[in-house]
Amino acid sequence: MSAPAGTPGTPEAGGTDRAGEADGATAPASPGALARRRRREALRRFAREYARNRAGLFGLAALLAIGALALTAPLLVDQADLTITGAPGTAYQPPSAEYPLGTDNFGRSVLDLVVWGSRVSLTVGFLATAVSVLLGTLVGMTAGHFGASGGTAGRIVSSALMRVTDWFLVLPTLVLAVALAAVLPRGTGTIIIAIGLTVWPATARLVRAQTLAVEARPYVERARALGGGHAHVMAWHVLPNVMPVVLAQTTLLVATSIIAESTLAFLGVGDPTTVSWGGVLEAARNAGAISSGIWWYMVPPGLAIALVALSFTLCGRALESVINPRLREQR
Amino acid sequence: MTSLLDVRDLNVTYRTGGGDVPAVRGVDLALDPGDTLGLAGESGSGKSTVALALLRLLPGTAGVTGEVLLEGENVLDMRWGRLRAVRWAGASIVFQGAMHSLNPVRRVGDQIAEPMAVHGTVPAGEAPARVTALLEQVGLPHSRSRDYPHQLSGGQRQRVMIAMALACEPRLVIADEATTALDVMIQAQILALLRRLVAEHGIGMLMISHDLSVLSSTCDRVAIMYAGRIVEQGPAPEVVHEPAHPYASALSAAFPRIGDPASRLAPRGLPGDPPDPADPSPGCVFRPRCAVAEAVCAAVDPPLWPVDPDTEGASTRQAACVHVGPARPLGAAGSGGVHAAPTANPTEEKRP
Repeated sequence: MSAPAGTPGTPEAGGTDRAGEADGATAPASPGALARRRRREALRRFAREYARNRAGLFGLAALLAIGALALTAPLLVDQADLTITGAPGTAYQPPSAEYPLGTDNFGRSVLDLVVWGSRVSLTVGFLATAVSVLLGTLVGMTAGHFGASGGTAGRIVSSALMRVTDWFLVLPTLVLAVALAAVLPRGTGTIIIAIGLTVWPATARLVRAQTLAVEARPYVERARALGGGHAHVMAWHVLPNVMPVVLAQTTLLVATSIIAESTLAFLGVGDPTTVSWGGVLEAARNAGAISSGIWWYMVPPGLAIALVALSFTLCGRALESVINPRLREQR
Repeated sequence: MTSLLDVRDLNVTYRTGGGDVPAVRGVDLALDPGDTLGLAGESGSGKSTVALALLRLLPGTAGVTGEVLLEGENVLDMRWGRLRAVRWAGASIVFQGAMHSLNPVRRVGDQIAEPMAVHGTVPAGEAPARVTALLEQVGLPHSRSRDYPHQLSGGQRQRVMIAMALACEPRLVIADEATTALDVMIQAQILALLRRLVAEHGIGMLMISHDLSVLSSTCDRVAIMYAGRIVEQGPAPEVVHEPAHPYASALSAAFPRIGDPASRLAPRGLPGDPPDPADPSPGCVFRPRCAVAEAVCAAVDPPLWPVDPDTEGASTRQAACVHVGPARPLGAAGSGGVHAAPTANPTEEKRP
């Protein structure tokens, strides 16, 4: 066991086979360079695994396209064209070369509305997901950790947290979100909070279950034996082992949040001063687009919502299957 | 001189739905710096419970009484902050099953540095150098510190666990079945490593195993546990080769000796099952499985008694059996003096 220490060319050093093909096992690389190469390798392996999932690849491509569109929207769309007074066309023009998706009841280009709406939908989707994932992870990990190893007081805290979670879980999500959005001052921030506060319980339960599984591992007992406190065990041992689950849950939650945002906007509790996909749908319904057969007013925002939600779900599933090898084998 | 570890009348009782189950009953242990003490016994005899009780790592359902003096300080009375400081810096544990005692998503170097970070004994900038030194002590190249646990073999992971146990320079190391999951070659390497570290650093080591041959090759003294009590203790060679307690001799006879056809052709096991610790029946707990049990054993639960009253100090051998000590003539003289034996024992009053 006293083999020449530290040279990556010896069989003792980890990952020699992978490191060897890059530098031919001649110059002993510094540990830093070795680590960087290994990280690059791991990333490449991850990309390869992900690329094997065609649906995931499609989802990723669609998301990148939509994301680019949302970011460059101010260059593509003149904001003045989106106001009712500054509408460029006449009402209810069917799709044409000038307006590829026709115009709405005020003469605004539906394509412009859909492109601009992606900004609000994506922003709210991401931020609401961040709020709910943060809240869910915090509550779930606290409940799981103190329930497993906090003594009697810990079990009481844990039970209390989980009963609050259950309470939020049984409340109809949409009703709660509508109530919150109606009570709080109108604005995009309100929508984010309303959605974030309603979709976190599922994450909390998931994270708690995973935390309990991790807490039962011997290395957590070891961490306590070496003098680690609650914060140390949670941040050092539990969080890294819970992260994969949280990551997969995040991508799936973004789809839920975007649909929730559209729903709220469609029900009229959204922010009336911004253009969002749900808002366009609501305007179309109010304008009687369904009964008068103005399909180009309703279909594009609806399709956009479906496409984004689908893409996020596909990405989430693909990510899940890469992270969890058991799912991969079943395919 | 205060001994490094002094355990006095340690009792551990698990509170379960079916009543209280005493897992450890009145254990006394003493360990000096540079000493190695082996603790042997079958599954369920309370070995690991003793180990965990030393650092108060037992779950909340366990009631612990007695004294655990670590360098004169009672661990069982410590405040939470002091206890956390003593854990690992005063006494560290090499856990059984190194594969599961390492966090799979952390590099082993970071995990070896973990106790240093928790205790703040080493400035963050010097931690990598210290990790390198520790890895070299246990015979691993320093490049291994950037590996994840799954990239190491079982023996290498056990070496990492030993390096981690030494990180805060503890005075006492508790090795709880440290070599059990390893094959004999690696076992021998790890044992040699532990022996060398004990000699170099002058630390005390409490080694827990069900394998008497491991203990006899590593430890100066051995204590045999049965059903939560120490039934025999003394210098390792004597306890292993000339056991005084019937259980110790059965345990010793269960290992075949190489080159001895008799032990190979007539393997001797021990009939019966370990006793149910929840069963409060009086008398010697080993009686139902004992080959030399007598009527008196049903009434008397003998305390530890010197096997050879002439020896003193570290070579003292003690056994808890009516066939040992002043009660020894009983077997030959019949049941005439039965009641004189236990009352004559000076340690009798200590028992609850």
